[in-house]
Amino acid sequence: MATQKITIDPVTRIEGHLKMTVEVEDGVIKDAYSSGTMWRGIEVILKGRDPRDAGVITQRICGVCPMAHGTASILAIDDAFKVKVPDNGRIIRNLLLGANHLQSHILHFYHLAALDYVQGPDVAPFVPRYKGDYRLPKKLNDQYVAHYLQALEMRKKAHEMLAVFGGKMPPQITMVVGGVTVKPSVDKIASFLWRLREIRDFVENVYIPDVLGVAEVYADYAKIGVGHGNLLAYGGFPLDGAGKEKLFKSGRYIKGRVLVMDPAKITEDVKYSWYKDSTSGKAPFDGMTEPEPEKAGAYTWLKAPRYDDQPYEVGPLARMWVNGDYRQGISVIDRHAARALEAKKLAQVMEDWLLQLKPGELACAETKVPDSGEGMGLTEGARGALGHWIKVKGKKIENYQAVVPTTWNCGPRDDKGVRGPVEEALVGTAIADVDNPLEIVRIIRSFDPCIACAVHLIKPSGEMKKFRVI
Amino acid sequence: MELTRREFLKLCSASAVGVGLSQIADPRLVAAMEEAAAKKPPVIWLQGANCTGCAVSLLNTAHPTIAEVLLKIISLEYHSNVMAGSGELAFSHMEMIAERAKGKYFLLVEGAIPTKDNGIYCTIGEKDGKEATILSVLNDIGPKAAAIIAVGDCAAFGGIPAAKPNPTGCKPVSEIVNAFPNKVPLINIQGCPPHPDWLLGTIVHVLLYGLPELDDKARPKLFFGETVHQNCPNYSYFQEGKMAKKMGDKGCLIELGCKGPMSYSDCPLRKWNSGVNWCIGVNSPCIGCSSDQFPDGMMPFYSALPKDKWPKKDSEIV
Repeated sequence: MATQKITIDPVTRIEGHLKMTVEVEDGVIKDAYSSGTMWRGIEVILKGRDPRDAGVITQRICGVCPMAHGTASILAIDDAFKVKVPDNGRIIRNLLLGANHLQSHILHFYHLAALDYVQGPDVAPFVPRYKGDYRLPKKLNDQYVAHYLQALEMRKKAHEMLAVFGGKMPPQITMVVGGVTVKPSVDKIASFLWRLREIRDFVENVYIPDVLGVAEVYADYAKIGVGHGNLLAYGGFPLDGAGKEKLFKSGRYIKGRVLVMDPAKITEDVKYSWYKDSTSGKAPFDGMTEPEPEKAGAYTWLKAPRYDDQPYEVGPLARMWVNGDYRQGISVIDRHAARALEAKKLAQVMEDWLLQLKPGELACAETKVPDSGEGMGLTEGARGALGHWIKVKGKKIENYQAVVPTTWNCGPRDDKGVRGPVEEALVGTAIADVDNPLEIVRIIRSFDPCIACAVHLIKPSGEMKKFRVI
Repeated sequence: MELTRREFLKLCSASAVGVGLSQIADPRLVAAMEEAAAKKPPVIWLQGANCTGCAVSLLNTAHPTIAEVLLKIISLEYHSNVMAGSGELAFSHMEMIAERAKGKYFLLVEGAIPTKDNGIYCTIGEKDGKEATILSVLNDIGPKAAAIIAVGDCAAFGGIPAAKPNPTGCKPVSEIVNAFPNKVPLINIQGCPPHPDWLLGTIVHVLLYGLPELDDKARPKLFFGETVHQNCPNYSYFQEGKMAKKMGDKGCLIELGCKGPMSYSDCPLRKWNSGVNWCIGVNSPCIGCSSDQFPDGMMPFYSALPKDKWPKKDSEIV
């Protein structure tokens, strides 16, 4: 049988610019190529600037998950400046990050993913759409459409809630090295809390049942889109000042075992990426990102991050698994389920955090720009494990790097030719209709890709061994 | 640009076009939406070297809600973040609308336009096996638009991807548009990202009254005429010389790096996220994101403007 090529460009209903190419033989995907198609060079732009500015600029890596980048960046700068953040500051940062996870997850299920399973009205932007495998009976389908509209209001509310402490969204402005500029007060706490309760109510009574509803009707997708089956989490949401206890533990899951995560084992390959080959196989902090858009054999702006030379998937499923909160399976449905259950977990714990705040007390330590320093900030963004690394010299940024969730998930083959997670997840999938390949887009979107984040960041270096995982 | 005021008001107040939970299942509602769709101006939203913050900010609009915008005010024919279609189905729909609604559709562009190496640093779609850069698509469908709105600092002035050393040769949308074979009106909505009111207010103005009054940088004077400093609640502290000395202190934030005097927007009055808060409201200095100078002209964000650039206090004005 002849091999047929299907290209989806652009992959819509994600963040950023992604192209997916698959080869189909006898109706089954036999290979896949994931291609990020935009590069800005943020790390090049940051060089030579005041280190305090990184927290502002890196939030503009992505407008859907600026909190993730802001958090990792500020943690790295805190580390480089050697400052200790007061509890109020730590708690408010957790609330800000949690608030955006809630926004992002609601946005993802309803406004990015749902239209692969639910048919909207026959008006733009709900048409044109692929035809075929929509299985919900009309009444149930229309209920999902109503929830889609309700979810638009809920995600907006999550941003309003974030703005109570954050100033505005997107992106927020209160996080600075040493803590946050805002001081908690009783009215802010109440204002956040009442919105949180509404959002929690929506998550528990609408979002989760809706995910379960799709899971029931599209049950075959619990065995589709598995991939390598390796999961990675850096850990996030520090519960104490030293960062020893976190809401989500760091760790990884491979071949049936949950193991420790050591950031020193992270490297990035570039054989199949549009960067000079000489930069392959190194760890963050090293070398330059040198673009080479015409490189033969390369097909993406994303690099291929590997842990101990293995590809790993990151995201809510990965961290919920490592934490012991969700271990049902790895598939399209499991990713949606873990994301929804994580939203519930966060909505519940954020209420406790709010009540731990001490109104009127310090939320920001005094800081001074050091002449030199190095710092690493690891966190769990909405889409997965995220790390930023900063090197300060002469009071300026000498080097800045990040390894971001979607690079892990949507990155290409490594130097050994081993596929990236989403590529592997596509292989082996049967396609019913090559002109309406719903199977492909359902798999891709289950990863919640964010491509603006994923392109451009550099590899960890051997120097990572110096840093504890905070 | 073809709606009369009466038609526009009719669209917005159409009682059948509600967005409540029960109403959406009503077949008469669906029919009403489909009828209204025929009258709403088509909008194509392209993304270049962007972060999607501008699109997310638009989703946060309070009044009208984004549901009302999508169902009643515009016909969003192409928007990569939300549209149902994927791949060539979506991309060719965009090209078809631009041709079918030639001279009648609105083109909104978010993100800067990379031009180095023929714009290879940002491709946004593929048709018949050929990849299309944002630069080529803008040149292709831009001249067919009734008007072009550059949404956000990146599109309006280059923004962060164009900041030194501008690795991908990013240019503002206006530079590309000015080289079109035919003249197309262009509006710049600055901000990183813009407040949703600035964008929606501009769109509604265009629909009802035509182009708003623009300044020399093609920005609507309606939203960008005064500085943050001019309307800041901390203005009295500035006058009294009560400056915050460290983060978290009360007082004027100018010594902590506030760029309010250089940032042209109505943030202190409009506030953000349905009026919940704003930057200075959480004791953060303004980073000057509503400006053609953002970000290079505003950095370092946390270093104070030199004293000779400070606005004059009343007592010093003769």
